[in-house]
Amino acid sequence: MMLFETARLTYRYDRLTALEDLSLAIAEGSRVALVGANGSGKSTLLRILDGLYFAQAGTVRFRGEELTEARFADDAFAFSFRRQVGLVFQNPDVQLFNPTVFDEVAFGPLQLDWSKSEVRERVGAALDRFGIAHLRDRVPHRLSGGEKKRVALASVLVLDPAVLLLDEPTAALDPRSQSQVIDLLVEWGGGAKSVITATHNLADIEDIADRCLVLDGGRVVADGPPAEILRDRDLLERTNLVHAHRHKHRSGELHSHPHVH
Amino acid sequence: MRLLVPRGRFLERTVEGLHAGLEMALDAENSAAAGGLLQPLDARVKVVGLFSLILAAALAKRLWVIAAIFALACALAALSHVSFRVLAARVWIGALAFTGAIAVPSLFLTPGDALCHVPGLRWTITAQGFATASYLLLRVETAATLAVLLVFTTRWMQVLKALRIFHVPLVLVAVLGMASRYILLLLESAHEMFESRKSRAVGALAGAARRRVAVASAGVLLGRTLELSGDVYLAMQARGFRGEVHLLDDFTMKRLDWVALAGFAALATAGVWAGR
Repeated sequence: MMLFETARLTYRYDRLTALEDLSLAIAEGSRVALVGANGSGKSTLLRILDGLYFAQAGTVRFRGEELTEARFADDAFAFSFRRQVGLVFQNPDVQLFNPTVFDEVAFGPLQLDWSKSEVRERVGAALDRFGIAHLRDRVPHRLSGGEKKRVALASVLVLDPAVLLLDEPTAALDPRSQSQVIDLLVEWGGGAKSVITATHNLADIEDIADRCLVLDGGRVVADGPPAEILRDRDLLERTNLVHAHRHKHRSGELHSHPHVH
Repeated sequence: MRLLVPRGRFLERTVEGLHAGLEMALDAENSAAAGGLLQPLDARVKVVGLFSLILAAALAKRLWVIAAIFALACALAALSHVSFRVLAARVWIGALAFTGAIAVPSLFLTPGDALCHVPGLRWTITAQGFATASYLLLRVETAATLAVLLVFTTRWMQVLKALRIFHVPLVLVAVLGMASRYILLLLESAHEMFESRKSRAVGALAGAARRRVAVASAGVLLGRTLELSGDVYLAMQARGFRGEVHLLDDFTMKRLDWVALAGFAALATAGVWAGR
């Protein structure tokens, strides 16, 4: 049985079509990168897979069960799904709404009715693991961008979900914070979990994925191993994932050609 | 720190005002976490106790009783380290201005015995009008002070949980919870927007330009914050939020809470009895 299966999925924002006739299947335990330029439908797809948006046409199934609004009205199903699937939003500010970092990380476990002692223990461990224990009493929205991202990740990973959905996990981070986030994701779950990452940072995808889906205009236009996708320069140029810009080589030569950093 | 802003610098003053708004929201949480008389009490005791005093003030038919409850609220504020300056700036002046606009006409329009005349005008302030306006103003100031004391001495999530314990409908509590987050997002977005506008502006804006900026910003801001607050709600849902408030700290009634509850009950009962 597949982890996620979508069939002829179409999602529109008023007149703008975000996803069109999209069919794909994602196996259990896989690490998938959804790559595409801005507006290609990556974030919308993640929100549909997390049962936050519901498509106007087509179906989406999680472990064989169709995800519909009616299904999420059932508390037992909603709790079970939220326990298994976690989503980290692109903008950490939308995910940080509690008065302290500790409360923020404890929010999910409390919603899922864990025992108080387990919440305290797991939240403490998550704060240590993400190197944010010293921030536990700070107000989340006053942290730096990198700290906010780590708190946002901790607030989802504390639930230890079997499936992790990530929307641009390294967007707007400095190089050191980017590398820390990637290391955390690579280490997380020891490869036994399913991770679906939306990104347009091609430099990361070989580290975080073993399958790459390229989205363009709300459709999957390529599907394959990251190395194969990265070699297809025509595809990357066509989907606006690489561009030509002027840069200097070590030899001192200054020229422009499409390339991946 | 308060910035010194020359008069007429519309953008600077707006940024400063928004910054103060954000500080105010954070101050309430900090004050709730600080030490003081009311802070350590169980949230349920504070909800019941302070609302019973509000009820006593609303029912009282004697001005001195309402004034006594107001004095009690001030004493509770002082003992809970909530400064009078903060109360004056954020509660009393606003409540006075808002209620005053409603109460002032009653000074002249309520029929009764003449108390005095407004110099230069033929308006007469009546004793009955003065009493009506005084009751209204004092009741509003007292109720607002007591309500703000609850917010300044109790973490917001605990207030919401206490409301749920008293069977306030889930929808109302969820709306209150979202409203506080929406206000914070609105302030942050507005602050960023006006800072960005300020960074691209040179010199003071003329009146018409100021109005154009204000109107255009209001529309953009509304759209942005609605989208952001929608995303916040989705992020809450994604982590299992179903409208119910769950907190790590269980409410447990200690001896001090029972004593405080008895004290509130005695004071509110005395207020109702004396003011009948």
